[in-house]
Amino acid sequence: MNETRHRVTLTVNGVLHEAEVPGRRLLSDCLRHDLGLTGTHVGCEHGVCGACTVLLDGEPVRSCLTFAVTADGHEITTVEGLARGGGEPSPVQRAFTECHALQCGFCTPGFLCTVTAFLRDNPAPSEEEALEAVAGNLCRCTGYQNILKAVHRAAELQAEEDR
Amino acid sequence: MTTRLFGEPVRRREDARLITGQGRYLDDLGAGALAAAFVRSPHAHARILDVDVSAALDVEGLVAIYTWEDLPGALAEPLPLLIPHPALTHGRTAYPLAREIVRHVGEPVVMVVARDRYLAEDACALIRVGYEILKPVVGIEEAVRGVHLVHEDVPGNVGAHLVQEVPGHGGVTAREAVEAAPHRLEFRLDVERSACTPLEGKGVYARWDADDGSLRVYSSTQTSTSVRMAIAAKLGLPLPKVEVIAPDVGGGFGVKIVHPWPEEILVPWAARLLHREVKWTEDRREHFVSSSHERGQVQHVRVGFDDDGRVLGLEVEILHDHGAYTPYGIIVPIITSTQLLGPYKVGAYRVEFSSIYTNTVQVTPYRGAGRPQGVFCMERTMDKIAAYLGRDRTQVRAANFIQPDEFPYDQGLTFQDGRPLIYDSGDYPEALRMLKELIGWDSFAEEKARAAAEGRRIGIGVGCYVEGTGVGPYEGGHVQITSDGRVHVSTGLTSQGQGHETVFAQIAATELGVPIEKVSVVTGDTRRFGYAVGTFASRAAVMSGNAIALACRKVREKALRIAAEALEADPRDLEITDGKIHVAGVPSASIPLATVAVLSNPLRYAFDEEAKRATQFAGPASDDRPPVAEGEEPGLEGRDYYSPVRSTFAAGMHAAIVETDPDTAEIRILRYAVVHDCGKLINPMIVEGQIHGGVAQGVGGALYEKMVYDEHGQLLNASFMDFLMPYATEVPRIETAHLETPSPLNPLGIKGAGEAGVIPVSAVIASAVEDAEGITIDRMPISPSDLHHLRLTR
Repeated sequence: MNETRHRVTLTVNGVLHEAEVPGRRLLSDCLRHDLGLTGTHVGCEHGVCGACTVLLDGEPVRSCLTFAVTADGHEITTVEGLARGGGEPSPVQRAFTECHALQCGFCTPGFLCTVTAFLRDNPAPSEEEALEAVAGNLCRCTGYQNILKAVHRAAELQAEEDR
Repeated sequence: MTTRLFGEPVRRREDARLITGQGRYLDDLGAGALAAAFVRSPHAHARILDVDVSAALDVEGLVAIYTWEDLPGALAEPLPLLIPHPALTHGRTAYPLAREIVRHVGEPVVMVVARDRYLAEDACALIRVGYEILKPVVGIEEAVRGVHLVHEDVPGNVGAHLVQEVPGHGGVTAREAVEAAPHRLEFRLDVERSACTPLEGKGVYARWDADDGSLRVYSSTQTSTSVRMAIAAKLGLPLPKVEVIAPDVGGGFGVKIVHPWPEEILVPWAARLLHREVKWTEDRREHFVSSSHERGQVQHVRVGFDDDGRVLGLEVEILHDHGAYTPYGIIVPIITSTQLLGPYKVGAYRVEFSSIYTNTVQVTPYRGAGRPQGVFCMERTMDKIAAYLGRDRTQVRAANFIQPDEFPYDQGLTFQDGRPLIYDSGDYPEALRMLKELIGWDSFAEEKARAAAEGRRIGIGVGCYVEGTGVGPYEGGHVQITSDGRVHVSTGLTSQGQGHETVFAQIAATELGVPIEKVSVVTGDTRRFGYAVGTFASRAAVMSGNAIALACRKVREKALRIAAEALEADPRDLEITDGKIHVAGVPSASIPLATVAVLSNPLRYAFDEEAKRATQFAGPASDDRPPVAEGEEPGLEGRDYYSPVRSTFAAGMHAAIVETDPDTAEIRILRYAVVHDCGKLINPMIVEGQIHGGVAQGVGGALYEKMVYDEHGQLLNASFMDFLMPYATEVPRIETAHLETPSPLNPLGIKGAGEAGVIPVSAVIASAVEDAEGITIDRMPISPSDLHHLRLTR
């Protein structure tokens, strides 16, 4: 028996993509395996670890808890789309390198998307706010200290850029 | 040598691809490959009666279904017992797919291959396996009663039994020393299970090339060279026809050193059989129930000591729960029982362990590998002695320290590498002094009194450890300078986020005098380097770092020899700066390494302008000498190996201040301080990162993480919803200080740093909670609920 497939149109990182997917296909699988954007990672498939976080119309969502058909007609930003035009890393990406905020790098795309949206809404966060912002993503390597450092560093870099 | 990068906080060269989504982890490879999925046992102990696949046959996209009956030759045999030991008298390993009996929930029974993972799982759900349920053995106490058996032919469920005894002065036994001591204590300690839990699970992707009969396998492994040998052996392929590559790996922490996992041989086998690419990516639940766990132990301790708290005799009996199988031998309890001694001299010591089967997931090393349990034992012992004598806890520790002038110090035991446990260097009194200063140990009593006056409970704790790092047998390095001046470094061991591409490039750039931008590093790819052991036991920097340094020195020597001829100078007068060889102090008389690389390889054919310099009519040559001189090889490259006589011993001491809530029993870490000594630092930024990550895992193990099995052997918390890994909100800021006592054993003077952070954390937190509450803490982890119950029964 063959599954019913649905045509979906997704704008990912500014590029229009069309795909035919079964209703149950996760957005994470669609991005990774149908569109070949493997930068979005899957760490638990039950919405806890946050590695699969992408921006749906600018807001962070767990792509492993979202069906591809749900995202039909929406705009998505993945880690591949965070860099500036010309491929220059964004302030958040630069800050993560400067502060050694990643080790194995598997959880990193989720953190980068989360922090990008957070700093857009709150460009100068307090310690408490920064902690709260990243407290929904798991990292098994870094102990988070340098990730928190990177959030503040990214805010600085962004402010410098905006000046 | 002017390009001094060794010791600098050089930014990581891995990051550029990882922050842009350009990393290549296992599941990012093999677009369009068939997907494998597994039917796993829902029972902890059962006999397989029949497997009915009929309902699955109509699933769209189904390609194949395999059970044990389908496996040919060596594939049908039990998986290898990787580290045999004479004391492991009843070692048992699983079959790649269960044969007749399943011994833990999660054991693979059927493999399905289909067009994609969704469809493979559809088929799995329709396969009916009939089971006769057998009595499960769960928990160490239940297992040692031996009423029910995990393996019919293993009496008492005892896989291994090992005693090590070091007599005290005058040959006195530990028993005699304890009996004769002025003071004695006797107690029991418990440590729960936890697991590595890397954010990326395991995964295997295999490509069979039918045209030349070769296999290329990618695996999220900590040892690609050994996976390669296992696959060749299990599939009956010539070794040169198999290549294994560890791509970017999303964390390991020990679980990925075990090999071959069933999937690592089944997936390549299916790929060859089907002439199709096949991939399997582990999901989170599979990781919980079919990878490895660690830590679970019960310890019985008897200690005798004098009025100063000096240990005169120590007897420890360990019951170690190794789960259903022993593929990794008894490495974990061996490490617990030897590294237990830490930085101390204990007079007479006797340690005995039994390694026990239960119907649970197998136990193999997790970062720390048995040390957290050993350190918990020793440090609880130190605190109990201090409490008994009414002395400061750091004083009792100091009274037992090995002194700086006593190295090398022989503990009289046999370590995990089968070699004597001899500490090479260290300065424990200085480390303790630094730690006390960092945390403010001496002024804490006042702080505690002030807090108490405000109705707050705070406590301080301390823990010390010594860690044998950089175990053999060897690692190798290959260094090649090509005619474009680039330096290509490869080593066989693998990377899981430790920053090897950066630190090995720092070593090569420093040794060769080239800019780091010219250096590229490849790890874990058998196409580039076939001989290696793997990444575990905090050994990568020590083993491959030194091997690469030695290989660079060979290349450097050759480069100077060739340059000396070209510059008509004495090689001893030459040095390399910024990729150019020149006479010391005369930068104008120089020759680039790129040119030396050209000259090192006598050519017949010029493939570009530069290459013309090495062709046969290019310049004067001696008619009497062959173009490649005797004892020489063409090319500017070198290979060398580092094989140490024994491990090198890093050390550290941690202290924490915790606050416990008088009402809710919540435990909060207010401060966490680390003094760490891993010899000379290659990259302090990366070492600190390793410490942070280790401490965070330690905090998880001390306060949150455990594997909750019910009496049926069901793992009740096999998800991130219920297995509580710390988020940023649970991990304190970590304050660090470094002490550097170089290792005399290796050319770079370094010691391992990978596991260190995690080792003493449970001991430290127990010590601090005990101090805050005045309640004895003998069991970890400790949750608010545990603390609440301890308060009720005080």
